Amino acid sequence: MAHAIEFQNVTKTFRGASHNAVDHVSFTIEEGEFITILGSSGCGKTTLMKMVNRLYEPDSGTITLFGKDSSTLDAVPLRRSIGYVVQQIGLFPHLTVGGNIAMVPSLLKWEKSKTEARVDELLAMVGLSPDEFKHRYPAQLSGGQQQRVGLARALAVDPKIMLLDEPFGAIDSITRTRLQDELLALHKGMGKTFLFVTHDIEEAFKMGTRVMIMNEGKLLQFGAPKDIILRPAEGFVKSLVESARAKEAFWEKFK
Amino acid sequence: MIDYIMKHYDDLIAATLEHLLLVLLALVISLIVAAALTILCSYSKAASNVTLGLLSMVYSIPSLAMFALLIPLTGLGRTTAVTVLVVYNQYLLLRNFLAGLDNVDESIVEAAVGMGMAPMQLLFKIKLPLAKKAIIAGIRIALVATVSIATIAASINAGGLGAILFDGLRTMNYAKIVWGSVLSALLAISIDVLLRLLEKKWEPNTPP
Repeated sequence: MAHAIEFQNVTKTFRGASHNAVDHVSFTIEEGEFITILGSSGCGKTTLMKMVNRLYEPDSGTITLFGKDSSTLDAVPLRRSIGYVVQQIGLFPHLTVGGNIAMVPSLLKWEKSKTEARVDELLAMVGLSPDEFKHRYPAQLSGGQQQRVGLARALAVDPKIMLLDEPFGAIDSITRTRLQDELLALHKGMGKTFLFVTHDIEEAFKMGTRVMIMNEGKLLQFGAPKDIILRPAEGFVKSLVESARAKEAFWEKFK
Repeated sequence: MIDYIMKHYDDLIAATLEHLLLVLLALVISLIVAAALTILCSYSKAASNVTLGLLSMVYSIPSLAMFALLIPLTGLGRTTAVTVLVVYNQYLLLRNFLAGLDNVDESIVEAAVGMGMAPMQLLFKIKLPLAKKAIIAGIRIALVATVSIATIAASINAGGLGAILFDGLRTMNYAKIVWGSVLSALLAISIDVLLRLLEKKWEPNTPP
């Protein structure tokens, strides 16, 4: 069976940058995996993700999605078939919650009744009562509720691949923990492939079935959370794991 | 002063309507041209910079000189007046339209493109509705400017309130000078107030 996502020697450079934003990266991801990409800002994790839905084009290398070279696909329909959630959520302020969620179905010219049923189903799925929230505007929602809507919007046409770019980055830590748990539960029942970018080490190891660690455009280590923690690669990954342990020790002091 | 209005109120009304007609005709044509230019400019940042630069150069030509320049081409009268008004309006309209479209939050645009909107869908479904306020502001500024420049258009026989004003100047008839200027000012102010109300109603990022 074809891999869900495959990168072969992919490189991307931005003009005037001192190193490649993404530097000769290769990996394969299977359908249904939950992959987290961990790294500090500027490490290339978001660039890597944006090459999947072709918001960026690689300078060299090939990206294959379910066996098809993505550069041979038409970018606009490709993006409609991939769910995309951004950190700033990016809800359309002039549309209601229902209008936001119905956007991709309307781009795909779904029938009205089918779209409406789907909107209700999705709102319930992300824990918002359809009758209460469908007709509200984004400005009338809390940050956590907005990101639930962002998630529902990305799931609208049942995409096989979901890209999530620090989706909980701007959300308070209590709501964040709850959203993390719900997202994991959601993923479990769906069989979709999730690619989740974060700079938070705990979030990365909690969420990912496998974790990708990036620094300065390079993919340093890619494996199950336990493997990385037990056998961290020399250098950056090791210091990253050590810093997480130090943080843990800090909390132990208060016990 | 009051005598004049009692005797000539029909002239004043006719001139005001003529003025308004000139302004509205210029506005309709301006909007069509500006919409086309905005769509073209939305494809390329470089094209929009060049277009705005050219338009701002043209905008700096004094209106009387512009009327004079066009007379050999389009003659005296309304055609020349409307042409000049449309040309001036392009700078005012386009500058505001493009600024409004550019100011739409980056994350909203990214979400829209990332979910698979084509450029025209992005423009019509997202950017235009969110730039409504800037667009109305551009139309307001252009309208107010048009009311005043249209007064000068009387000097090339385009009629309107300017005709009354220039008549008054020629014959030293103060009543005509005063009524001509008061009415054109009133026209400009009421258009301004009306459109400001509309702008207020369409604050971006709030529920409609």
